[in-house]
Amino acid sequence: MADAGRPHGSDKDSLGNILKVAISMCLVCSIVVSTAAVVLKPLQEINKELDRKQNILRAAGMLPQDSKRAADGRGIEELFAEFDIRAVDLDTGSYVDAVDVTTFDPIKSARVAALSRELTVDEDIAVIGRREKVSLVYVIAGESGIEKLVLPVRGYGLWGTLFGYLAVEGDLSTIAGLGFHQHKETPGLGGEVDNPAWKALWPGVALFDDAGEPAVRLVKIRSPESNSDARFEVDALSGATLTTRGVENLVNFWTGELGFGPFFAALRTDLQQKSGDRD
Amino acid sequence: MPTPKEVLVDPIFDNNPIALQVLGVCSALAVTVNMSTTLVMCVAVIFVTTMSNVAVSIVRNQVPTNIRIIVQMTIIASLVIVVDQVLQAVAYDISKSLSVFVGLIITNCIVMGRAEAFAMQNGPYLSALDGFGNALGYSVILIGVALVREPLGNGTLLGFEILPRVTDGGWYYTNGLLLLSPSAFFIIGLFIWAIRSWKTDQVEEVEYEIAANVQYTEAM
Repeated sequence: MADAGRPHGSDKDSLGNILKVAISMCLVCSIVVSTAAVVLKPLQEINKELDRKQNILRAAGMLPQDSKRAADGRGIEELFAEFDIRAVDLDTGSYVDAVDVTTFDPIKSARVAALSRELTVDEDIAVIGRREKVSLVYVIAGESGIEKLVLPVRGYGLWGTLFGYLAVEGDLSTIAGLGFHQHKETPGLGGEVDNPAWKALWPGVALFDDAGEPAVRLVKIRSPESNSDARFEVDALSGATLTTRGVENLVNFWTGELGFGPFFAALRTDLQQKSGDRD
Repeated sequence: MPTPKEVLVDPIFDNNPIALQVLGVCSALAVTVNMSTTLVMCVAVIFVTTMSNVAVSIVRNQVPTNIRIIVQMTIIASLVIVVDQVLQAVAYDISKSLSVFVGLIITNCIVMGRAEAFAMQNGPYLSALDGFGNALGYSVILIGVALVREPLGNGTLLGFEILPRVTDGGWYYTNGLLLLSPSAFFIIGLFIWAIRSWKTDQVEEVEYEIAANVQYTEAM
């Protein structure tokens, strides 16, 4: 020790000085850290919000995976403005107008007992514990009703919950894209849910079988094209069985009866009525 | 007393923290897959090492001997949190791809090592130079590793195409090994070999002789 030979002229090593130094050190450091956190918070919030919007747009295929601008040069905010954001009652499937969609956070409300329902073990295939009663949908309206629909989805993978967005085409039965903006999966294995090559496999996959049940499967070997099951199938992620299972379950949960199923049903009757009126 | 110039320049090649002292290798493996994260990591480490050396040096005469390591850790951890917060505010995408590794600067042996070995004995000015120089030595190796890994592993450098990949219609088959952490070990090993062939005084003396192979009969 370099200090060993030095005479202890002061009471540097006394208990009083130890406490004094320790407390003042903690005070100074905590002031520095909390100042940084408070001052930078607004900027960070903006970044997080932009990142979320970017993920919704990427899931919907409106923004390239590796760029912050669409092919026509439009930026994230501009593209996002095309969405009509609506709140949906997941039990009845109807729109709720009493909710301010700009501030409403479905994931937060899933933690509040009055605003969510508890799922039984059998129901809870996505392992989310509680499901919010009201969620948000991002709608792009086309000439004949809905052109694209983006749904917030989440479910447990291997290490934690994956949060993402599932985009559905206007026919309400074909996937337009899937992307996760927050997860804790192992980089290189389950973390490959972020791989653009894998995400590119999702558009065009069929959501529901003939009985109307969610039927997406992540498989090791895809069925031949001629087989009718092939349209529900996406390649599993190698080396990530549990993440793969989690993704399969969460897609089927959120498109099922306990997820956005009733909402899909309501939209379908709406569509039929409209085409009926026209006849 | 070392001159300021020596303090600053020595750690770059003569006393490199990674190549000679073999410190801070863990983060060198993790962040060198592409150049942009590497550069951000280098800037972050340069900032943290310099500032922590200055701060430790300023308080060195007041700090009681038996809590000095905790005091150093507190200073370093605070600086790292500040860096992490700034990155999240101004470079969100890069902070996402660096994920935990910014936080892990706290455990980077170089930062702690310089605080304990140099800043506790020297004034703020020299300590600042020492921190900056050591972080620069770390950065030189990291950038060198990234210069090998990104082009050969992904065909790009800083996102620009260097070797046209087969998947994009070019001729280069990317080497997947270079995207995995072990490749950084090989590259750092080659760097250490190159530096020690150039500066032969860095070669360590053999401490013991490894016994010859055990004979078959002896093993019975």
